[in-house]
Amino acid sequence: MSSHVLRPLWVVIIIVILILVARFVIVPPDFGIQERGFMYGYHRKSNEDDWKAFKVKYKTRKYCKDCHPDKYEPIMSSKHRIIQCENCHGPAVDHPEDPPKLVVDKSRSLCIRCHARLLYPRTERAKIKGIDPEEHNAGMECSMCHNPHKPDMEGW
Amino acid sequence: MSISRRDFLLSTLKIAAASALPLSAFKILSPAEARAAIEATSVRWGFLVDTYKCVGCGFCVKACKLENEVPYDAPVTRTWVERYLILKDGRMVADTPLGGRDGFTKLEIQEEIVEPKDVSKAFFVPKLCNQCENPPCVQVCPVGATYQTADGVVLVDRTWCIGCGYCIMACPYGVRFFHPVYKVAEKCTFCYHRINKGMKTACVGACPFGARQIGNLKDPNDPVTKTIMTERVAVLKDEYGTKPQVYYIGLDENVR
Amino acid sequence: MTEAWSYPEALWTVKDLFVYPNEYIYWSVQIVMYPLMTGLVAGAFVLSSLYHVFGLKDLKDMAKFSLVFSFALLLVAPMPLMFHLQQPLRGMEVFFTPHFTSAISAFGIVFFSYSIVVATEIWFVYRKFFVEQAIALKGKEGLGNSLKQKLYSLLTLGAYDISEKALHKDEKAVKILAGIGIPVACFLHGYAGFIFGSVKANALWMTPLMPVIFIMSAIVSGIALCMLTYIVIMEWKKFRIKTSRKSWDVTAAEVGGAEVDLIRKTSRYLIGFMIAAITLEILDLVFRGYTAVKSWEILRSVIYGKDFVDIFILQYGFGNLLPFIMLVLPGLTIRRTAIALVLVIFGVFMMRWNVVIGGQAFSLSFAGYMHYKLPFIPENIETYKEGFFGALTIGLMPFALFWVINKFIPSLKYHK
Repeated sequence: MSSHVLRPLWVVIIIVILILVARFVIVPPDFGIQERGFMYGYHRKSNEDDWKAFKVKYKTRKYCKDCHPDKYEPIMSSKHRIIQCENCHGPAVDHPEDPPKLVVDKSRSLCIRCHARLLYPRTERAKIKGIDPEEHNAGMECSMCHNPHKPDMEGW
Repeated sequence: MSISRRDFLLSTLKIAAASALPLSAFKILSPAEARAAIEATSVRWGFLVDTYKCVGCGFCVKACKLENEVPYDAPVTRTWVERYLILKDGRMVADTPLGGRDGFTKLEIQEEIVEPKDVSKAFFVPKLCNQCENPPCVQVCPVGATYQTADGVVLVDRTWCIGCGYCIMACPYGVRFFHPVYKVAEKCTFCYHRINKGMKTACVGACPFGARQIGNLKDPNDPVTKTIMTERVAVLKDEYGTKPQVYYIGLDENVR
Repeated sequence: MTEAWSYPEALWTVKDLFVYPNEYIYWSVQIVMYPLMTGLVAGAFVLSSLYHVFGLKDLKDMAKFSLVFSFALLLVAPMPLMFHLQQPLRGMEVFFTPHFTSAISAFGIVFFSYSIVVATEIWFVYRKFFVEQAIALKGKEGLGNSLKQKLYSLLTLGAYDISEKALHKDEKAVKILAGIGIPVACFLHGYAGFIFGSVKANALWMTPLMPVIFIMSAIVSGIALCMLTYIVIMEWKKFRIKTSRKSWDVTAAEVGGAEVDLIRKTSRYLIGFMIAAITLEILDLVFRGYTAVKSWEILRSVIYGKDFVDIFILQYGFGNLLPFIMLVLPGLTIRRTAIALVLVIFGVFMMRWNVVIGGQAFSLSFAGYMHYKLPFIPENIETYKEGFFGALTIGLMPFALFWVINKFIPSLKYHK
């Protein structure tokens, strides 16, 4: 008779074949070693396209400029020109289709990101006009007195 | 016995080894091929942070979370801002409340109120993935779910990650975490979807002070490249040999 | 954001001082269980191989049992990982697209090869038994018998030759497989140590000694568990026969419980490996303190401060020193051995704990700490899986499996 010693080997071979078949079915065909070699570039190539296709939400002020020149012009001549529209108005995404209206963040917590007074020596932060949010008209919205688009002028 | 014991054992070993080695694992590029592939690309994304300019407003963190769909209130973030205060008594205190998402608005730091008069020096340090040239996080991924693109950005394949967390452990900078919704490893992508459309990253766009910049390190005329080539810049934790590609101006030795 | 999200890691991590926002205890109790289980597998197998390969006759009775027990442990070893993975259904990818620069990917190959070696060795040891059972049960009445017969004839793999010559071949195959098994077992556990030792970002883990320390403590824990299980089972049998009124085919005196002589001899090997393990651990600690690189300041505050009780009292004190004294003192009894063995296993568990949890007790910033609160009451699936009861499930599983396996592959015999 043929040696019984080899029987377990056949079992192993069958398991291995099953794994290889499963591998063939499950692993995407474009999975492999890409530009950065095996250590850093072993992946599914099409995943790069998945990431490239990710939805852009922040469109930057260029996107706002043409439809809202009445807002764009004054802010661009103010100190707040360094702030993107979307920082306060929220990401445009596909506005005006989706969302048709952007929700403006008028909260104090938005303004005090820069204007809470932190007078640390030799920091840019210390040069920004600041308030103590606990004491300076606590509970009121900043925009009741200050126009964020014309920050130099008090009131409206 | 039709086969010697030695042969039997050898073949068992060979098959056991070969079975676990998919053939594609052997398709390793020759060094020349690999170099050609890298040199063929004309882009290597790099980042420049000017810590002198950062005021700790946290708009970058907010924009990043909304742009990249990281749940806004989840206690993790792709990018964050740290505040360091070196006190006159020599102590160092640092914090990053909510990753700096809502900015720094209080004198309170590490559960104590530090008056500015007691501060010797202070700085805000934005952090993000360093997109290392030798990313240890990629090296340790057991299944090839995270990788570096030809233009140097490290990405995660959300359909392939098994969520073992080894990459999170391997990153010396703590930039990785589990996505609170998809339950796979998550990290800064340098806004790969934006930079490939000629846009800046969401954090660069949101920064009012120009503290963050992104550029192509292979383009000698790129402002970022020019600064890195001509100014004194530093990287974080270079002792790990990761070769980070996020450069810092004004990096203090206290920055961790 | 209206999307439903959860971050269970935030539930069991308490941050102190300056910690990066994304840092949490990502590797929790299941990653403590994982090297503990693989360690037990490796240790149990090495114990059985000591007899088969080196012919240490002292261990003859232990060898068969520890071989089968290591198989039960082997089946449980990947379970902590499955509990831990965020995407357990994708676990098979380790076999499909292994990324060999990762220590974890070695799991696929090493674990698979090791399973083959152990299963094949068991097959050769028990082939005669399978054949006998398959023949004896043939034609017997009852569904149970017929199912059993089917199982046994499947287990024979169609090899019914139990002639003297064939059995001789089996014996030789066992010896060879046990010989291959030792390096594979050490490799299996060495790579578990490599998983931690190679993480350069982690100041506590990164040491080339880690794989060797893991192998030594693995063998310690494996031998200890095999001895303990052996003692418990044998004493239980003796107890049952003594107390029951049913007539047994053996008497209590014949069973005799665990043999003191066997236990004493095995414990000598245990002590040897314990000394090796502790020496390496102390060497590692001394070296860190002496070289005192950048990370030492925070490491020292963890080792000698926050984790002092866990490391020096629980691990070294109760887990190493106390059982060591108990085992070397003259007049070793079964009961004293059993208590010492429990302490040894506890010590190895604490060593794993102090490596895995201790390695995450400090921030990558070296300026803050993280505390791990082991979830006790399972409030949801995550706090079960990564909590006390999840770990308990894993800890009990090998015994349940062994109980089942032992029904078909009996590895404990009564002595005459």
